[in-house]
Amino acid sequence: MDTDEVFRALADPNRRALLDALRERNGQTLSELGADMAMTRQAVTKHLAILEAANLVATVWRGREKLHFLNPVPIYEVSERWISKYERGRLKALSDLKKALESEDE
Amino acid sequence: MSDGDELIVPPDVVYITFIRATPLMIWDALTKSEFTKQFFFGRTVESDWKQGSKWRLVMPDGKTDVAGEVLISDPPRKLQVTWVVEWLDDAPKDPAIITYEIEQIGDLSKLTMTQHTDAKIPRKFLEGGRQGWAAILSSLKSLLETGEALTIKMNPPE
Repeated sequence: MDTDEVFRALADPNRRALLDALRERNGQTLSELGADMAMTRQAVTKHLAILEAANLVATVWRGREKLHFLNPVPIYEVSERWISKYERGRLKALSDLKKALESEDE
Repeated sequence: MSDGDELIVPPDVVYITFIRATPLMIWDALTKSEFTKQFFFGRTVESDWKQGSKWRLVMPDGKTDVAGEVLISDPPRKLQVTWVVEWLDDAPKDPAIITYEIEQIGDLSKLTMTQHTDAKIPRKFLEGGRQGWAAILSSLKSLLETGEALTIKMNPPE
């Protein structure tokens, strides 16, 4: 898939909110996704089409229902493009440190 | 008991990647050890990939990682297997069903991986599975398109 399309699709807070909603609960219908969003049904439809074109959302028909699934593979591919195997260890250490420090505050 | 130990029925997972390769190349990559050991965390596979046959995913030290049965074998379009993780003591013993579908679209092939299970599993396995499959499918794409898999290191769920 086109890297530009992935970035364009991610560069919108409404579309990121839709991805977060699917991450929370995968396999939702358009109506279910729309119910939680401060967006019109048309807007949700438009954003989902952009996410699907960028392959960030996969759809499956179950009977008459179209279910939407989060597809993180292109995000993984984009991050792999710039993160080398040497940097991954260091980034993991930093992210673990951040998690440890933030959980202490709770 | 931490949040990660809570038992839930995981939602289905549908992952898609588009690969510049033929469906047969993807089929071979999924079913032959010479390829799987490069992109599937060093694992080899054992099976004749016929419907009803057993199959195994084997770790580099020879221990069984995953075992199951071939439910559908329609090369190079569709492979469906049951999936039971053998090496983690607290892993679910009820099988998940993994389906690979391969479809040619122009000079690309669309690989769809679907995971379905009715069994409850600890929440902590969800995250590892998500990251694991994204890594495996990205690495498969890289292997077939560039001849080199990605170097991926992941630890089992804590």
